[in-house]
Amino acid sequence: MIEIEHLTLGIRGTPILDDVSLRIEQGEIFGLVGESGSGKSMTALSVMGLLPRGTTINGAARLDDVDLLTLREHDLRQIRGNDIGMIFQEPMTALNPVQTIGDQVAETLLIHDAADRAEARRIARDRLDRVGLSHIELDRYPHELSGGQRQRVCIAAAIALHPRLLIADEPTTALDVTTQAQILDLLKGIVAEENMALLLITHDLAVVSDMADRIAVMQNGMIVEQGETAQVLRDQVHPYTSALFAASAHQPDRTEPAQSDAILSLRDVHRHYPGPRQGFIRGDPVRAVDGVSFDLQRGESLGLVGESGCGKSTLTRAILGLDPVTSGQIILNGAEISPAMPRARRAQMQVVFQDPYGSFNPRWRVDRIIAEPYFLLDAPPHGIDRDDAISAALEAVRLSPGDALKYPHEFSGGQRQRIAIARALITRPDLLVLDEAVSALDVSVRAQILDLLADLQTEFGLSYLFISHDLTVVRAITDRVLVMQAGRIVEQGETQAMFTAPQHPYTQSLLAAAPRLPDDIGERHDALV
Amino acid sequence: MTRYLLVRALSLSLSLIVASVVIFAVIEVIPGDPAAFMLGLNATDESIANLRAELGLGGSLTERYANWITGMLRGDFGTSYTYRVPVADLILDRIWVSLPLAIFALILSTLIAIPVGVIAAATRGGAGDFSIMGATQLGIAVPNFWFAMLLVLLFAVTLQWFSAGGFPGWDNPAAALKALTLPAIALALPQASILARVMRSALIETLDQDYIRTARAKGLSRSQAIRRHALKNALIPVLTIIGLQFSFLLAGAIIIENVFFLPGLGRLIFQGITQRDLVVVESVTMLLVFAVIVVTFLVDIAYAIVDPRLRRR
Repeated sequence: MIEIEHLTLGIRGTPILDDVSLRIEQGEIFGLVGESGSGKSMTALSVMGLLPRGTTINGAARLDDVDLLTLREHDLRQIRGNDIGMIFQEPMTALNPVQTIGDQVAETLLIHDAADRAEARRIARDRLDRVGLSHIELDRYPHELSGGQRQRVCIAAAIALHPRLLIADEPTTALDVTTQAQILDLLKGIVAEENMALLLITHDLAVVSDMADRIAVMQNGMIVEQGETAQVLRDQVHPYTSALFAASAHQPDRTEPAQSDAILSLRDVHRHYPGPRQGFIRGDPVRAVDGVSFDLQRGESLGLVGESGCGKSTLTRAILGLDPVTSGQIILNGAEISPAMPRARRAQMQVVFQDPYGSFNPRWRVDRIIAEPYFLLDAPPHGIDRDDAISAALEAVRLSPGDALKYPHEFSGGQRQRIAIARALITRPDLLVLDEAVSALDVSVRAQILDLLADLQTEFGLSYLFISHDLTVVRAITDRVLVMQAGRIVEQGETQAMFTAPQHPYTQSLLAAAPRLPDDIGERHDALV
Repeated sequence: MTRYLLVRALSLSLSLIVASVVIFAVIEVIPGDPAAFMLGLNATDESIANLRAELGLGGSLTERYANWITGMLRGDFGTSYTYRVPVADLILDRIWVSLPLAIFALILSTLIAIPVGVIAAATRGGAGDFSIMGATQLGIAVPNFWFAMLLVLLFAVTLQWFSAGGFPGWDNPAAALKALTLPAIALALPQASILARVMRSALIETLDQDYIRTARAKGLSRSQAIRRHALKNALIPVLTIIGLQFSFLLAGAIIIENVFFLPGLGRLIFQGITQRDLVVVESVTMLLVFAVIVVTFLVDIAYAIVDPRLRRR
C-alpha cells in the first residue's frame, strides 16, 4: 500500500537518508528501529511531506500509485490527516494548550470538510470513546489530562478520518511502562479493527518485538536489515542489529558488594504537601512520601522503581537535602540530612540527572563544570592540584584531560552524561544518586554508561541509589530493589529474586507491562557471544 | 477563575495603597517645607505661612494623608496653587485629550504590529522578515518627536491635510479625531515597532512547538496552523507589552503633546513640576498610578481569557 523506494535525503548538504526502501501492506504493523539520529523520523516526515526547509530529496514514496514526493503542498494537505495520520513522542506538548481536546479532535474532520460542526463533535466524542476516554468530557483542556490520556487524544485526532496508514513516532517513549503497555495495546486493537497499516518508529527493540509483523533496522540513514520480525530477531544478520540486541539486554560485570554498615538510612520518612484548593478551602494534604524506611549498605547498589507520580522524585529531593521532610529521619554516614546541613555533608553525596545538557551551564567550560562541587569543600584544591583532580575525574569516566577546555555542546549525549558523572565524582563522595541517569540515552550508549558505572563502583567503593522507571536498567545494575507506589515502598528484596518471583501485585503488573525481547532469542544471542 | 481575579484585584489594591503612601511621603515628608519650596527663595515668611494654611499643612502626617486620600475618593484633588482652580477640573480637561490619544495610538500600534509581526514570523529568514526587521529597527531608533516634525512638514505644511497642532475640543468629534491623528501616528510607530518584534519572536517560538507539528500532520496548512493554533499561544507576551505601552502612552506623551500643542496630562504634569505646583504633581501622579494599576488588572483578565491554565488558579 505504501512503498518507499530508494529514498535519499540531505539537509543543506548533510546526508540524512541513504537509499531507504521499504513497503508496508494494508493491516500490517511495521517496526522501524534505530538509535537517535539514524533517520527514522526523517523517513516518516518525508512520507508526510513535512520536511524542514533546505531539504533535498530523491527517490519515491508511493501511496498506492501516487508518488507523495512529487505532490504539491495543496494536494499533500488532502492526504495528511485523511489518508495518513501521525502521532509523536511528546504527548505533553503535542496538543495545543489553549484549545479543548474536543476541538482538537474535531479539527481533523473540519479541516478536511468531512463534517459540519455538530457532526464533527459527535464523531470526536465517538473517537475519544474508542481510545478509552469515554469518561473525559470534550471541553477539557490538555493540562487537565495525564500523559497517557493526552497520547490517547492525539491518537483519536489522528484516526478521526480512518486513515489507511498511521505513523507513530516513538509514541510511548515518554510514558511509564504500564501506560506504554496500554497505549501499545490500543494501537494494536485499532490497527486490527480498522484494517489500517501502522508504521511504528522506536529505539526500543523490545517494543516492536512482540507487536510488529515486520521490522527494519536503521543506522546512519540506511536500512541495514529488514524482514519478518521473528526472522530479524533470530538471524541478526547485520552486525549492527546484533550489537543493538546485545546492548538492549546488556548486563555489566559487577562485583558482589561486601556486606557492611548502612551508609544511608531512612526512618519513617514522610513528606506531605498542602492539598489542592477547593474554592477557598484546602483539601486533605497530599502524602507524596508516606512512611518510607530503608537502609543502603556501603558499596551496595540499590534500585528505586516506580511510575511517575509515585513520589520517587519527592523522596529523591529529600534524600539530597533539597527539601525538608514532614517527619522521620534521613541519616547519611551517621549525620542527619536536611536542607540546612553543612555544605561538607553534601560533598559526601552527589547526583547525576537524566538530562545532562539541562544541568550544565552552556557558557561554562567543562573544567569549570566539573570543579563546581568544590564550593562544598572548606579547603578545595587550587592551581595544579585542581587541574590534576579535573584530569583524573575525566580519565575516570574515560574522557581525555584535554576535554576540560571544551564546552558542553561539543559533546554527544553519552559523553555529556560522562561529564555529569565526573562532576559527581570530583568531591570523592560515598554515595551517588543516579536519577534516571541513563533513561535518555540510546541503548548502545546506555550499555557503555552502565559498564562505566559498574567499573567506578569497584574502583572508588561507591554506593549507588539508582532511581528509574526502567526495569531493564534497574535489573542490570542493582543488588536490591525497592518498588514504590503512592508514596510507600510496597516491595523490596534482592534484584534477581524480585524479577523472577515478584510478590506484590503492583510489582507483578509493572513487570508484566514491561516490553521484553523473547527469551529464546536472548539465549541464542548469549550462545553467539 | 473568580479566585484568580479576586487575588489579582486584592494584590492590585495593595499596590495602590503602597503607591499612595510612597507618593505622599516623597512629596510631604522630604526634608524642607513644601510651602517654602513652592514659593522659592525670595518668599516672605508671611506668604509661606499663608500657603501652609491654604495647603492644609497644619495637622499631623496621618491626618494629612487621610485628608488627601478621602479627598481624592470624593473627587476633590485640592486646588492648584498656580492655576487657582480645583486640580480635578484641570485633570478632567486634559484627560479628554490624553486618554483618547493614548487609546488611538494603542489601537494604531496594535493594528500595525500584529499583522506585521505575523508576516515577519511566517517568512522567517526571508526577504519580508528582513525588511520588516530593518523597518522596525528604524522605528525604534528614530525619536518620535523628530518623526512628529516630519509628519507635520509633510501632512500639515506641504499637503495641508491636517492642522499642525492645537485641539478644537470634542464639540466636533470629527475635527477632534482629526487633530489627534498625526500625534497618534507619531506615538504609535515606535510602539508598533517594538510590539511587532515581540509578536514576531513570540510567534516564532510557538511555531517550533510540537502542537504545530501535530496540526500540520492533521492536514492544516502553514497559515491555518498559525491562525488556529500559534497566534493565541503567542499572545501572552504581546498582551504584556500592550499593557505596558498603554501606561506609557497615557503619561509619556509629553514631548508629542508639546510638538502638537495639545493640552494633555503630560503637559500638565510638566508645567506642575516647572512651576513647583506640588498639588498638581501629587494628584496627577496618583491618577497615573491608578491608571497603570487598572490596565494591569485588565491585562490579567485578558491572560485568563487566552490561557485556560490560569483560570483554574
